[in-house]
Amino acid sequence: MVWLLVAFPALGAALLLTWGKESDRFGHLIATAASAASFVWGVVLFVRLLGRDHDDRTVTDTLFTWISTGDFHVEMSFVYDPLAALFVLLITGVGTLIHVYSIGYMEHDERRRRFFAFLNLFVAAMLVLVLAGDYLVLFLGWEGVGLASYLLIGFWQHKPTAAAAAKKAFVVNRVGDIGMALAIMLMFKEFGTTEIAAVGDSVAGTAASTITALGLLLLLGACGKSAQVPLQSWLLDAMEGPTPVSALIHAATMVTAGVYLVVRSNAIFDASETARTAVVVVGLVTLIAGAIIGCAKDDIKKALAGSTMSQIGYMMLAAGLGPAGYAFAIFHLVTHGFFKANMFLGAGSVMHAMDDDVNMRHYGALRTALPVTFATFGLGYLAIIGFPGFSGFFSKDKIIEAALAHNVWIGLATVLGAGITAFYMTRLMAMTFAGQKRWKDEVHPHESPRVMTVPLMVLAAASVLGGILLLGDWITDWLEPVVGHTEHEHVVILGAEWPPIAVSALVTVVVAVGVALAWFTYGRREVAGETPEKVSFLTRFARNDLYGDTVNEWVAVRPTMTLARGIARFDQHGFHRAITGAVGLIGEGASSMRAWQNGFVRSYALGVFVGALALTLALLVVIWR
Amino acid sequence: MSDLLSLSMILFTIGAVGVLVRRNALIVFMCVELMLNATNLAFVAFAREHGNLDGQLAAFFVMVVAAAEVVVGLAIIIAIHRSRGSISVDEVRQVRG
Amino acid sequence: MITLLAAVPVVGALLVTLLPRGTRSQQLLARHVALGVSLVALAVALVAAARFDVGSGGYQMVEEHSWIEPLGAFYSVGLNGIGLTLVLLTVVLTPVVILAAYRDELPGNRSANSYVAWMLVLEGLAILVFTATDAFLFYVAFEATLVPIYFLIGSYGGPGRQKAAVTFLLYNLLGGLLMLAAIVGLYVVSSDAGEASYRLADLASIPMDETTERLLFLGFMAAFAVKAPLWPFHTWLPEAAASATPATSVLMVSVIDKVGTFGMIRWGLELFPGAADWASPTIMALAVVSIVYGALAAIGSTDIRRLVAYTSVSHFGFIILGIFAFTQTSTTGSVLYMFNHGLSTAALFLVTGIMISRRGSAEISAFGGVQKIAPVMSGVLLVAGLSSLSLPGLAPFVSEFLVLAGTFTVNVPLAVVATLGIVLAAVYVLVLYQRTMTGPLTDQAKVVTDLTAREVAALSPLVVVIVGLGLFPQPLLDLVNPAVAVVLGGLP
Repeated sequence: MVWLLVAFPALGAALLLTWGKESDRFGHLIATAASAASFVWGVVLFVRLLGRDHDDRTVTDTLFTWISTGDFHVEMSFVYDPLAALFVLLITGVGTLIHVYSIGYMEHDERRRRFFAFLNLFVAAMLVLVLAGDYLVLFLGWEGVGLASYLLIGFWQHKPTAAAAAKKAFVVNRVGDIGMALAIMLMFKEFGTTEIAAVGDSVAGTAASTITALGLLLLLGACGKSAQVPLQSWLLDAMEGPTPVSALIHAATMVTAGVYLVVRSNAIFDASETARTAVVVVGLVTLIAGAIIGCAKDDIKKALAGSTMSQIGYMMLAAGLGPAGYAFAIFHLVTHGFFKANMFLGAGSVMHAMDDDVNMRHYGALRTALPVTFATFGLGYLAIIGFPGFSGFFSKDKIIEAALAHNVWIGLATVLGAGITAFYMTRLMAMTFAGQKRWKDEVHPHESPRVMTVPLMVLAAASVLGGILLLGDWITDWLEPVVGHTEHEHVVILGAEWPPIAVSALVTVVVAVGVALAWFTYGRREVAGETPEKVSFLTRFARNDLYGDTVNEWVAVRPTMTLARGIARFDQHGFHRAITGAVGLIGEGASSMRAWQNGFVRSYALGVFVGALALTLALLVVIWR
Repeated sequence: MSDLLSLSMILFTIGAVGVLVRRNALIVFMCVELMLNATNLAFVAFAREHGNLDGQLAAFFVMVVAAAEVVVGLAIIIAIHRSRGSISVDEVRQVRG
Repeated sequence: MITLLAAVPVVGALLVTLLPRGTRSQQLLARHVALGVSLVALAVALVAAARFDVGSGGYQMVEEHSWIEPLGAFYSVGLNGIGLTLVLLTVVLTPVVILAAYRDELPGNRSANSYVAWMLVLEGLAILVFTATDAFLFYVAFEATLVPIYFLIGSYGGPGRQKAAVTFLLYNLLGGLLMLAAIVGLYVVSSDAGEASYRLADLASIPMDETTERLLFLGFMAAFAVKAPLWPFHTWLPEAAASATPATSVLMVSVIDKVGTFGMIRWGLELFPGAADWASPTIMALAVVSIVYGALAAIGSTDIRRLVAYTSVSHFGFIILGIFAFTQTSTTGSVLYMFNHGLSTAALFLVTGIMISRRGSAEISAFGGVQKIAPVMSGVLLVAGLSSLSLPGLAPFVSEFLVLAGTFTVNVPLAVVATLGIVLAAVYVLVLYQRTMTGPLTDQAKVVTDLTAREVAALSPLVVVIVGLGLFPQPLLDLVNPAVAVVLGGLP
């Protein structure tokens, strides 16, 4: 009965999209109920799974044969295992909270019913993605969330920027999809199957180059969906969507699908050192790039989006470490889902209070005006910077520890990343909640209604307590049937073995430095009300998203568009003309011959005689020879 | 034999030149008849030479066709004369009246 | 059964022409009758489909009568899975098109009677083409389809329709002539081998030397490549589509152009397996060029109708690629693609046609922000567009993926290049949607009104089938599989 999980939100979406205007009044309730039903069912299934034997925690639910022709055979099957179970709870849990929050946030939008339909569609597609038992079914969910993301980023379609951002997100994701699609084709060619479990079993006897190719192709897909370098550019623009969308899709769930894909394909990545290294490199680069971008943005949502990129970089990096990191990648994914959703919703609450102004330079001193938002946001903040005892502390430390054990330099880079994270998050907190008020007099910040603050409180609690998943190594133990077991590796720096507590101390010190730096720059000093123009090259670099868009523009967009316009013009005017021109030539020949038909009977007669004469002569010539 | 053919050739040439150079439709018409009869003469001459009736048969066919042609042709010439008051072939460049 | 199926629309067409014409209500009557006739044809086809034995790959419901004895031509028809798929496409689309075209403005007060009558004639001829198992009969029906389309474009299209109709006719006649030469060649070959015959079954067993086989194959391919249309023989399509009414475009692109790809399978692969094998690398390369070229041209188009026409060039590239990859997966995928492309392109042509007729301009820049005043229209455009870019969950995805996966197993580089097409598809669809539907509503686009109930009724079956087949394509695949297996079994 795993399919019920998907059925609730899918039904909700279908209902809301086809039902007429009369459902405007209660459509959002249907959608929220559908999501909640899915969550409840997810909990039931989770408890059932807990009750099963440690090694017997996989439930396969085959619904029907989706495609079968020749050797190509795909079952519409759902596999519910420990990894999927965690995701189901995260998606439906956070999803339901965000549905509730949206009831308040979207209250005055005339297309609210449509919004909830899309949210339901997203939840359904995301569940298909994580429950899929076959890569092609996974691809169905993969594209389904892409569609939902497209619809929701561009939800305010009357804004040209939103429409453009939605299109960009979809197209960039499609570039990644090339990787996914080719990977699935390669699986079909090499293994004759695209079923995830069967592919995992087939890896052993296959050429290393094929496995590496598979890994790299999957990584390309993951880069697109998870906004990793070089396909990162869409995520910052995606903030054009309503804030609950940013929280659910572009922070907590969809963007982490790439990490899920890598972990789910662990058999492939385990078998290819090269592919794993590529994952680590991508993760590391994105981690630093996202953090740098986060430092320079004045738009609260874009700063958070940079942070999301960076945190997913951590997860990617962890996933690239192989069996040592898979479980920690998922752990960080879950805790990040809590605290980032919390902070995005908090940012939404702030925007709600500030008449949808997103510029942090217009905020300041909001802690008194928005006490609940401040408190919940603050807890999320402490979690993300890794304040000891909060969820982020455990999850990020584990990744840093694993990275240090893998390679000291990579490990140190992740430590640096933690410091930058502390810097930009403190900057964000300071600019928004601390200091002097910088908002204009006509703005009257007010706390959001209960329907919005309650989800904030729940998520804040989860951000604080998420660390308990690590108690007694529960999460590594739980995921072991999926990702395999490894011994704990030790961190060795400069020939000396470092105990975990020492690593934690190191990270905490670096974080403290980051916090202090930001506090002295933005908390203690007056923040300029407008974005300063004269800034260092590095700031400008970060503000422009490291010029990612510029590169895309010159490398991909412009050449393609120029070529496309050229072809369209050539096809209509050049190519077609050439062919109709040939036809025209015959026509011209015909009209020049028309001159002979002048109507003079005697000239016709002359023609006849000349013809007869020629014929006679020809005959004579033939006879003579 | 060769005399008959020579005569036929001369008659045919006269007819052909007449068709090409004269403008009066009636004269052109007569010249066509002359050519037809020149051919008839050649046919009959060959029939006599070979001693069978094929040539004479052909000659009769030509006569029948020529008779039919005279009927239609003269009718057309009269019609043209009525509508345009002239029977010069050069002026009849268009069928449209 | 098959004769009945083909006869219903033709008789219906005669009936419609005999109806009184002139006043609006009389013309409406003609449209009602035409719709009724097409629905009857749909019912007959469904009965035929129900009686069809799905498991068998051979020809069923065969009818055979001597026709032109001196030539050895038979009236011989039969259905296999591939033919039935396309017949179903034809009978599904015709009522949709007639219903959608109820309010088409015809130039110069031309009567609607002949307009719908030509559509019905076209339907009947298309059914004959898809069921003919005699090469001569196929040729006659194939060429006969040109007549209704010529009049549908030339008499009822928009500005420039006559030039477009002549262009269409010239291209297709040229291709058809080469096919005629090949048909004559078949006569010579078959009479040399014993008795002259055009029947598929007889022809397939005739021994041919290599050169003859290749030449005859190329003769047939010339006609099919123009019809399909394969790059570089495609340029008539954008011209014709830009001047035709949406209904004509649908019938032309969704149904009649399928004759090209259908013919490649039945008269290319089945008759000349050796030559098809010989030519397949070249044709596959041209198909990939079609995919990329068509997609790029669509991105660069400023006219909506040309854009949709170019997307079809790209899609036909996929279909041809799959056919000539010669794998069960890809060729089955291609047949399914023919059906799915028919649906998605029909939806796209019809909904953009409605947009264009409301706005009075086909330029993309003439629209903007229409979503606000016409949400249903924009929703349908989005679904049609998403199916055109092969979004998983919608019907074309299944077929496109089968084509790509099958091709990948035999030729990796071509499959990789073809896969790039999925990004380009996203660009042309989303750019169209973004420029016409989103953003602030422009003053000039305010005249666009949302879909009427009749238009929704015409389009919703397409949307439902597109979504349904995306998740449950298996019934159609089961229909196609055995027939494709038979065709591919004959290849070297």
